[in-house]
Amino acid sequence: MSSHAEPLLKVENLRVDYVVDGSPRNAVAGVSFEVRAGEVVAIVGESGSGKTTTAHSIINLLPGNARVSSGSVTFAGTDLTQLTRKEWQGVRGKDIGLIPQDPTASLDPLQRVGEQVAEALTIHRLQPRKAARQSAVRLLEESGIRDAPSRARQFPHQFSGGMRQRVLIATALAAQPKLVIADEPTSALDVTVQRQILDNIAALTTERGTSVLLITHDLGVAADRADRIIVMRGGEIVEEGSATAVLGDPQHSYTQQLIAAAPGLSPRRLRPSVSVQNPSATADSGTVHVSPLVEATSLRKVFSLPRTAGGARSLTAVDDVSLDIRRGETLALVGESGSGKSTVARLLLRLDKPTSGSVTFDGVDLASVRGERLRQLRRRFQVVFQSPYASLDPRFSVEDIIAEPLRAFAEGTPAERKSRVKALLEEVHLPVDYGTRRPAELSGGQRQRIAIARALALKPELVVLDEAVSALDVSVQAQILTLLAELQVQESLSYLFISHDLAVVQQISDRVAVMQAGKLVEIGEATAVLENPVEDYTRQLITAIPGRQPQRSLT
Amino acid sequence: MIRYIGQRLLQGAFVLWAAYTVSFLILYLLPGDAVSIMASGDEQNAVDPALVEKLRAEYGLDRPLYEQYFIALFKALQLDFGLSIKNGVPATQTVAEVLPETIKLAVAGFALAVLLGSALAVVAAFSRNRWIRQAFSSLPPLGIAVPTFWIGLLLLQFFSFRLRLFPAIGNDGGQSLVLPALTLAIPTSAVIAQLLTRSLHQTLGEPYIEQIRAKGASEALINFGHALRNAAIPTLTMLGILVGNLLAGAVVSETVFSRAGIGRLTVTAVNSRDIPVVQTLVVLAAAIFVVTSLIVDLIYPLVDPRINTSRGAKA
Repeated sequence: MSSHAEPLLKVENLRVDYVVDGSPRNAVAGVSFEVRAGEVVAIVGESGSGKTTTAHSIINLLPGNARVSSGSVTFAGTDLTQLTRKEWQGVRGKDIGLIPQDPTASLDPLQRVGEQVAEALTIHRLQPRKAARQSAVRLLEESGIRDAPSRARQFPHQFSGGMRQRVLIATALAAQPKLVIADEPTSALDVTVQRQILDNIAALTTERGTSVLLITHDLGVAADRADRIIVMRGGEIVEEGSATAVLGDPQHSYTQQLIAAAPGLSPRRLRPSVSVQNPSATADSGTVHVSPLVEATSLRKVFSLPRTAGGARSLTAVDDVSLDIRRGETLALVGESGSGKSTVARLLLRLDKPTSGSVTFDGVDLASVRGERLRQLRRRFQVVFQSPYASLDPRFSVEDIIAEPLRAFAEGTPAERKSRVKALLEEVHLPVDYGTRRPAELSGGQRQRIAIARALALKPELVVLDEAVSALDVSVQAQILTLLAELQVQESLSYLFISHDLAVVQQISDRVAVMQAGKLVEIGEATAVLENPVEDYTRQLITAIPGRQPQRSLT
Repeated sequence: MIRYIGQRLLQGAFVLWAAYTVSFLILYLLPGDAVSIMASGDEQNAVDPALVEKLRAEYGLDRPLYEQYFIALFKALQLDFGLSIKNGVPATQTVAEVLPETIKLAVAGFALAVLLGSALAVVAAFSRNRWIRQAFSSLPPLGIAVPTFWIGLLLLQFFSFRLRLFPAIGNDGGQSLVLPALTLAIPTSAVIAQLLTRSLHQTLGEPYIEQIRAKGASEALINFGHALRNAAIPTLTMLGILVGNLLAGAVVSETVFSRAGIGRLTVTAVNSRDIPVVQTLVVLAAAIFVVTSLIVDLIYPLVDPRINTSRGAKA
C-alpha cells in the first residue's frame, strides 16, 4: 500500500461561494482531505451539506455563479486551481472521470451510446475513431452490457436507467483515469440495480487501481463501499476516518444521527405491530366480525401497446393480484420499477379500472359506484406521491394546498377551514406561519409534510403512500417515517406503503407483499417475509439493502 | 411508414378541400359577383343589362349555390379553377407564369433566413462575452417588431438609391433578387434566431452537456457537436409554419420591389376581385403548407432517433 507516498488528490482549505442575488453565500467552508491511489473515499452528507459542490470543484464543473474563493486542489502533484481552460480539457475525462447523478439525463439523446463512450477516447486523441469504437464495445461489455456490439449502435432512450448508468461508467473509465468521482451514482435507481451498479464500479476500479471519490447521502452505501468516510455538514467536515472507525465508533453527534437514520444500518421498527385487529383474535370472540378495509380480488390490468413490427400488442401490468388491507395496519407493497406496484395502487384508488377482478372498499364494490357516491367514497382514501416537487401546485400557498380538499367537499366555513389547516400543520410538525409560504420556499422534507397534511385533511381511513419517502435524503426520510408512524396511531389510519426499498419497509410495515413482473410472489407478516423469505426474488431484494454487507476487510 | 404517409396525404387532401370550400363560400358571400364587377368597370359605357344576364348564365352564376359549388369543385379537382376575369386566361396559367419568380425569391429568402438566424443564435448562446451575448439576444425581437415593408424601404433607400449596388425594381437576374430576398429573410431569421437561442440556452443546461464537458470535450465540440443538434429539433418543428409565413412576406416584398410573383398577383387579384385567381392562390398556399409540414414530419425521425413514425401512425 502506498500510504506513505504523496496522495493522489489533496484538497486543502477549499472554500466555495455561490453568488445569489449579488451577495456571496458560502457552500463549502474550508474543507481539507486526501485521496490516496487506489483508495475509495466516501463523502457523506445531506443535501446542502456541500458534498456535491466539493466534488464538482475538484473537476472544475461548478455552475456559473459559484466561485472557489480560497484553497487549493492538488492532483498528482499539479495544482488544479491554476489550470487554464485548455489545460482543464486535458485533465477532465483523461485523469479524472465523473459518474453523474442522473443517468437518465446524462447521455446525449441523439448520439449512439457506443459513440458516446468512444468520444472519451477520441477527445484526448488516445485512439483513432475506428479503434475507439471497438474499445467502446469492449468497455460496455466490461460494464455489464450484454450483447454490447449491437447495443453500442442503439440510442440512450433504448436503455433502462441502470443500463444508462453502466454506459456512463464505461465512459468515465474509458480513458483509464486515476480518479473517478461518483456523484450519487445510484440515488436515482432501484435498490437491486443500485447494488449491481456499485458492484460494477467497485470491480472495475479495483481491477485498474483507480481511486474513487464516492458522494452519497446514504451512510449505508458508504459503509459498504468505502475505505474511508468523510462526513460533511453545512459545508464543513465534521468527521473523517476509516469506514470501520466512523461507523463503529462515531465521534460527532451528527454522524451518530446519520447512522441512526440509515435504515440498513440500524434496522428497527418505528412503532409496535398491529395485533388488536388480528382476524383470528376476533374470530374467537365471535361477536364482531372485522372485515378488511380494502379487498382486491384477482386484479388484472392489461395495457395495449402501440403497434410495432413484431412487438407484443399488450402488456399485462398487473396479473391476478389478490390482497387485502386490514384496518389500522400498514401493508407494504414492494418490487422494482415496472413490477406493477403503482398500477395496483391506481386500481385500489380507482384512478384506473381493472381489466378484470374487483376492488371493494369497506364492503362497497368500487366498480359499482360512480358520480357523487364515488366522490364521497374518495374522501375516505387519499394518496401521497413520490415527488413533493411535482405534486404541489407552485402557485398555491401552503394554506391553499392543504385546504383544497376541504374546499372541494365544501367542508366548514372559511374560518373553520383556516383553523383546520393550522391544526394539520401542527400535526405534521410544521410552524403554523408556513401557511402563507409557497412550495418553492420549502425543502423536500417540508413539502412532503404538506402533501401528508393535505392527504389527512378529510380524515381518510386509508392513505396510499406511493414511494412517499424515496425522493428524500436518508435523515429526512427517517423523520417522515416517524411522523407517519405517529399519525397512524393518532388518526387510526391504514397505510398502503409502496416502496422499492426494503430497508424502509421493515421500519414501518406490519405485512409485506412482494411483486415481480405484475404478479404477487409473496405476502405475509413483515418479520416472516423479511427474515425468512420464501421466494428467491424477495431474498435478492433483501441482500440489496445497503449497509447489510459484511464489512470488507480493509487491507 | 407507408401507412403513415398515406394517412398524412389523406389529411392533406382534406385540408385542401377545406381551404377551397371556405374560400368559395367567403367569396360567394361578398357582395357582387364576377360579372357585375366586370360590368361596373366603366361608368360611361354602361353595359346592357341583358348582356349582363347572358354573361351570368354563361358563368353559371344564376344557378343555386350548391350547384355552382359542385360544378366548381369538380372542375377544381381537374386543376381547372376557371378563367381569370381580368384577361380570360386560365387562372392556373396566370399563377404558373409568375410562380417560378416567387419560388426563387422564397428559396433565396429562406436560405438566407436560416443562415442569418442560426448565426445570430449561435453567437447569442455561445459567445463567452456577456455583452455580445446580450446584444445578439436583443436583435431577434427587434427584427420581429419592425414591419417588413419598412425594412424593404430602408434597404431600397440605402443599397439602391444611395449606393446604387442593386436594382430597385424588377425581376432581372440575381442582382435584382438580393434586396427582396433580404427583406423576406430578416423577419423570418428573427423568429428562427429567437427560437434557436432559447432552445440552445435550455440545451446547454442539460446534465448531458456537463457530462460531455466532464469527458474533456472542448467548448467547440460541446457547442457544435452536441448542443446545436439537440437545440435544432424544436426549431425544426416551426419550419413548416415559417415557410408558410414566407408567402405572406412575399406579398410585401414583391410589392415594395415591384417584382412579378404570386405575392403581387395576390394583391392585384384581390383588388380586382379576380375570384378564379384568388381561389387558385388559396389552394396553392394550402398545398404549400401541407407539403412542407409533411416534409418536416418525415425529416424528424432522421434527426431525432426517439421519434418513430410507424408508432405515431396509431395516434
